[in-house]
Amino acid sequence: MTRPQVLADVYGKQLAALAAEDPRIVAVDADVSKRMGTHGGIGTQFPHRHINVGIAEQNMIGVAAGLATTGKIPFTGTYAVFLTGRAWDQVRQALAYTRLNVKLVGLHSGISVGEDGATHQATEDIALMRALPGVTVLSPCDPEETKQAVTLARDTDGPVYMRLFRPPARPIVPEGYRLALGKAPVLREGSDVTLAACGRMVALALDAAEELAGRGVQARVLNMVSIKPIDREAVVAAARETGGIVSIEDHTVVGGLGSAVAEVLAEAGVGKLRRIGVQDCFAESGDCDSLYEMYGLSTGHIVRTALQLIGRT
Amino acid sequence: MVERSLTADADELRTRARSLRIRILKMIHAAPAGHPGHPGGSLSCADIIAALYWGVLRVRPEQPDWPCRDRFVLSKGHAAPALYAALAERGFFPEEMLGTLRRPGCRLQGHPDMSKTPGVDMSTGSLGQGISAAVGMALGGKMDGKTYRVYTLLSDGELNEGQVWEAAMTAYKYKLDNLTAIIDANGLQNDGPISEVMPMGDLLAKWRSFGWGAVELDGHDVAALAAAFARPPAEPGQPRVFVARTTKGKGVSFMEGQLAWHAGAINDEQLAQALAELGCPSGGDGGAVS
Repeated sequence: MTRPQVLADVYGKQLAALAAEDPRIVAVDADVSKRMGTHGGIGTQFPHRHINVGIAEQNMIGVAAGLATTGKIPFTGTYAVFLTGRAWDQVRQALAYTRLNVKLVGLHSGISVGEDGATHQATEDIALMRALPGVTVLSPCDPEETKQAVTLARDTDGPVYMRLFRPPARPIVPEGYRLALGKAPVLREGSDVTLAACGRMVALALDAAEELAGRGVQARVLNMVSIKPIDREAVVAAARETGGIVSIEDHTVVGGLGSAVAEVLAEAGVGKLRRIGVQDCFAESGDCDSLYEMYGLSTGHIVRTALQLIGRT
Repeated sequence: MVERSLTADADELRTRARSLRIRILKMIHAAPAGHPGHPGGSLSCADIIAALYWGVLRVRPEQPDWPCRDRFVLSKGHAAPALYAALAERGFFPEEMLGTLRRPGCRLQGHPDMSKTPGVDMSTGSLGQGISAAVGMALGGKMDGKTYRVYTLLSDGELNEGQVWEAAMTAYKYKLDNLTAIIDANGLQNDGPISEVMPMGDLLAKWRSFGWGAVELDGHDVAALAAAFARPPAEPGQPRVFVARTTKGKGVSFMEGQLAWHAGAINDEQLAQALAELGCPSGGDGGAVS
């Protein structure tokens, strides 16, 4: 598959495929099942295993928790901003504290959701989920990685948060790729600087690396799909072996990927870091490309930040 | 849905309820004095808990995770002492454990923790959440064709939480006649009388408008409670709620109806008086019934 795909569609299709082989899998939605890909997937194939609680995210989490106590593996989700924000206490109390086996899928993360504006742009979801003990946080970058993330979530005991984004995603991971918890695959080798990106920003990091190569700078690109647990070894190695790390996320720089990388570097006592992301503010309505320019998330910003970090202009 | 045969007669149910009250008082008396727990709301639901654990619930203390067991979710998690007293008396864990309530390194947390305490079906404490989990348990039972029932106990103040009504709508939509909610309606919440803090109006009418079967009961008539809980729902496919009218602090004269006893410590003298009123000689054994 070489054309860009909508990750929610990939999720819905893979969940239906897993549901066909695993009777424990159920889906719990909050009136967004057509966007989630669950309406036409598991909801059509196994209607009795698809629960739709209406516009009630808090109850959705509690219902999923109750189902998990009966041996089900509920996949539940809605827009990331409501899933992780509005229902945060429910995720904390009913899922994280209980360690129940529920999978959370957040759509439309980051400012790339665009025109709907700040109310619908989840720019704190990584920070919110990362703070919860025992919650695995995954931010896949492309269709294949998303497909594998659904399976990995099924096979990982306890709550897992999977962060998806709205614009169609182009294929990125190489043939034969295997997603693993706590691993940050190197997508491009380089020793001058490291671009550590997650989710949609991985594609932009690769584009930036290409542009940097044109200027004689070889950038290593790390795919930070596993934000929690984070790949400490890969981060420390990047800090030691390259001129510094630029963390890149469509998320606030407070508490997200950049913070996670900073924690690793500070504790290891190595490295230099620049954090690309939303700079502690709310964004606004607009098309994704314009917003990325306005809020410092474009390929050009990545290139300039990397060059500044290593003292090149 | 068939009628459940009661597993205890009225005399035994009353004895168990009294025993629970004695354990609750001793447990809170023995707990760390700074923040020992919530006597008022634990005593108000003692009869309800006794009716459940000795009247209707099919559980196996020797196999707490028996898949076919009836579930009980204490949505008003701050009444943990009442639940712990019942679980100990049913044999889920040794009675001596009751003396460890809220102490570091011990299993009896301030609010119920399913990961630490045998017999606790859901961790609760953040109000309004337990009923959603109960809905999920009832849904799981329906999906698997199991005949277990799910009971959940809420406080009337807890009904302020919007999530309760989200859960109520879901139970109606999915025809969860295996789900029973019980409201411990003691009329008081943290800041004062419910009628002042957040008037709830006609509770029965509210629940009925959400599609539930709703019945009002005397929350201290333990035999009537057990009989009501054992009956099948009046209409197939309909979830049901019992609004149990109770008195906060029930059974101890100086606690009854007193908001001050929502949370707080019980000193030696108060314990002695309370136990005397319940017909129990005082003792410092941390919860066992003398």
